[in-house]
Amino acid sequence: MPTVRLHGPMVQRAGGVAEHAVDGATVAELLRGLEGAQPALRGWILDERGRLRRHLCAFVAGQDAREETAVAPGDRVDVVQAISGG
Amino acid sequence: MTELLVGTKKGFFVLEGEPGGPFDVRARAFAGEPVEYAMRHPHTGTLLASVTSPFYGPKIFLADDAAGDWEQAQGLELPAGGDEALERIWTIVAGEADGLTYAGGDPGVLFESRDGGVTWERNRALWEHPTRPDWQPGGGGLCLHSIVPWPGDPDRLALGISAVGVWLTDDGGRTWRHGNEGLVPRYLPEDARDHTLTLCVHDLHRAPRRPERMFMQFHGGVYRSDDAGASWTTIGDGLPSDFGFPLAVDPADPDSAYVIPLKADMDRVTPDGRVHVYETRDAGATWRPRGDGLPQRDAYLTVLRQAFDRAGEGPSLELYFGATSGDLFGSGDAGATWFTVARHLPPVFSVRATR
Repeated sequence: MPTVRLHGPMVQRAGGVAEHAVDGATVAELLRGLEGAQPALRGWILDERGRLRRHLCAFVAGQDAREETAVAPGDRVDVVQAISGG
Repeated sequence: MTELLVGTKKGFFVLEGEPGGPFDVRARAFAGEPVEYAMRHPHTGTLLASVTSPFYGPKIFLADDAAGDWEQAQGLELPAGGDEALERIWTIVAGEADGLTYAGGDPGVLFESRDGGVTWERNRALWEHPTRPDWQPGGGGLCLHSIVPWPGDPDRLALGISAVGVWLTDDGGRTWRHGNEGLVPRYLPEDARDHTLTLCVHDLHRAPRRPERMFMQFHGGVYRSDDAGASWTTIGDGLPSDFGFPLAVDPADPDSAYVIPLKADMDRVTPDGRVHVYETRDAGATWRPRGDGLPQRDAYLTVLRQAFDRAGEGPSLELYFGATSGDLFGSGDAGATWFTVARHLPPVFSVRATR
């Protein structure tokens, strides 16, 4: 089963746990599954459209990814804040 | 003691002091996060703050103590799987029934709460209004920034949306109608003005002792309504510029209004490097500058639409406004004299005052 690794404030909202094993075949499926398991994350990573929030980035096995990117069993999906701001 | 709740680009500040200032920063919360708006709920005493994290999206949080733990409000979202996402919460306003609370956001969305802001539901009649496909955003987005209750009547409400004009309901938000007669959008060609919905309201207030009277700062124009927002009369003559964002009223005087003119829509700073608040006490027939104590040299400030508020009324009316420069000014005598409340805050988005 793939895992989602959270960073920054997302860890605290997910009960203080950074790595979560979640079933799914794409980044979007994993993140929706993570929201189901950790309701406090709802609306924090995916918006109402099901899109990754604009200034968050996902990586699958170290490669830049989007919502539709395929995820294989054993992959790790990192969700990090973009280096944006002002 | 007066309490100022200040939303800034880099967090929420609570300041306390007496008119004549300066005030002290008593608490800061949401360090580093843009806090668009914050208010203390008059029904419950609870603080509500609208935080728009660039990473995690817009949320409202509640706390009894700004320095304590904040709880996330629930239900502030658009329909799942749709084409739009909630971009920002612009304002939070107490309604005229116990626990009744409203929040206005981008894209042109009104939320209602019956429990003081803990849980929310979207107003479907406005969200599904048949004209919505024609709604155009202003420069700040499709922002529902003004929510104006009718004192003592929870069914009557006026909204200001940029750039979709004034909206009125008499049935608690089950139906909505326009209140745009008389508004002149000078930013459109003459032959495009008559039936347009693209009406850029900047701020909207009601005279609480004569609730059918309202005042509006428009995108080029200051207006008054004497029929509860159905129609509008221009009252901008006598101002150095009729462009600006916020407006305030003295609750004791239905003929009063205060505006902070900026030079023009293409140059949104205080004119000639001098800061003045302009006051009318005759419903807009005449205006007089109120600047004693405000910067009068090399001061090019921008004051945003939620960054001006008052506490008290009549001769002891207090007025407070903040600028994107991080300066915060106040008056304890209805604008006759001014003092510096704070300097060097982050850019100020909103100011709410309670006494």
